[in-house]
Amino acid sequence: MRIIVAAGATALVVLAACSSPGAATAEITIFAGSSLTDVFDQLGNDFRKTDGSARLTFNFGSSSTLATQIINGAPADVFASADEENMAKVVAAGVSDGEPQLFASNQLQIAVGPGNPKKILGPADLARPDVVLVLAAPTVPVGKYALEALGKAGVAARPVSQEVDARAVLNKVSLGEADAGIVYVTDVRSAAGRVSGVNIPESDQVIARYPVVVIQGGKAPLLARRFAAYVLSPEGQKTLASFGFAAP
Amino acid sequence: MRRDRPPLAFAVLAAIGVAFFLLPLLGLLYRTPWNTALAELTASEALTALRLSLVVSVAATALALLLGIPLAWMYARIAFPGRDLFRALTTLPMILPPVVGGVALLFAFGRRGLVGQFLDTAFGIRIPFTTAGAVLAATFVAMPFLVLTVEAGLRSMDRRYEDAARTLGASRSLVFRRVTLPLIAPSIFAGAVLCWARALGEFGATITFAGSLPGTTQTLPLAIYNALETRPEGAVVLSLLLLAVSLAILIAMRDRYLRAF
Repeated sequence: MRIIVAAGATALVVLAACSSPGAATAEITIFAGSSLTDVFDQLGNDFRKTDGSARLTFNFGSSSTLATQIINGAPADVFASADEENMAKVVAAGVSDGEPQLFASNQLQIAVGPGNPKKILGPADLARPDVVLVLAAPTVPVGKYALEALGKAGVAARPVSQEVDARAVLNKVSLGEADAGIVYVTDVRSAAGRVSGVNIPESDQVIARYPVVVIQGGKAPLLARRFAAYVLSPEGQKTLASFGFAAP
Repeated sequence: MRRDRPPLAFAVLAAIGVAFFLLPLLGLLYRTPWNTALAELTASEALTALRLSLVVSVAATALALLLGIPLAWMYARIAFPGRDLFRALTTLPMILPPVVGGVALLFAFGRRGLVGQFLDTAFGIRIPFTTAGAVLAATFVAMPFLVLTVEAGLRSMDRRYEDAARTLGASRSLVFRRVTLPLIAPSIFAGAVLCWARALGEFGATITFAGSLPGTTQTLPLAIYNALETRPEGAVVLSLLLLAVSLAILIAMRDRYLRAF
């Protein structure tokens, strides 16, 4: 009996400790599209230098998954989306605080094996029967953009898989399971050495725009606003540019 | 029959335990769009995913039976060196995060994998992104359930029947087919059903190793994950279907799987 009570008490203490962040230091959780993984880690490190007590936690995933999580009450303080559609869903659900601001844009590129062993020169080659192509699912932004670009190029490509996000596409290419995948320019750049990039002509390009917004109901709204402002600041923009993102 | 009255603390804690499992199910039922449920279920994507899931899980179970029964027999009857280590290694997928299993499968059977690169260059066989890949992923995570259950059955059966048959002149294979198999049939059945249920719910290893393409590798759990982002109602209905099937299995099995272990 005593053991059960002790076990119960321990469980409750652990649960309480895990689910409520201490009030002493300000802490925010930032939900960001998976294509922002590297640059937001860097932005987070830089931001911490300007404010030693701030604690930032990141949750990276496909923007559509993140939007679903936020609308269903996930504890996000800031949401940075890889497209405007998922941001619009969050705004329409009435959980955002203020208007979303565009902070970056991105373009598509074809990721291929290092040195381009299959000699892929452009979108048209993706329909070749000897090319194993993976795309992201049409339900996530990068997959939707890839289909748009292929449509503009008039290429009827048949992907062997519809991956969950840009990183998953990149992994299939860098592991050598796929010959090509369509991801963001910044993804190819972050995996330099493991994959090479093949440009998509300007006429077939799709521009992805990234909005950021503060989410209502957080414990540290001031810190959340300051982080969003930092992403938009000249300093934040410089970091984004160094990772290959273009201005919004 | 003695009627036990539970201590209050036990009853309370047990009730909390039940609520912990029941509330997520109620949440699912609460969000189910009942008026459109039938339309969601009979949508062509749902049927495609359901059909593929049935094919993959049945094929995985068949493969597990073919390889798993002899393996369980070896574990139960032969004291070969390193048996405990081998048993632990082949049980690992039960507790390994399935995504890790998927990555490991890629390193073994992928186009650049240990065996995969040979299969590709020598025979032109590529397993990832095919239905066969989805079957392998499901077998990898589900077969341990069958092996453990069948081994337990073999260990608990009365071996004197086998001895009697042998002394009457039956060959080893005849004894296995006519005596051993019928005696452990309940364990094989229980193991196969558990294995099938686990294969049906498989997600992580499949998406990592086999990818996700409707009709080829996108099984029901993968379709649910995909639908969650665009058509949450569809995802809920599909989840409910998977849940109903699993629940039916567990009720039908009642104490079989408990007894087997």
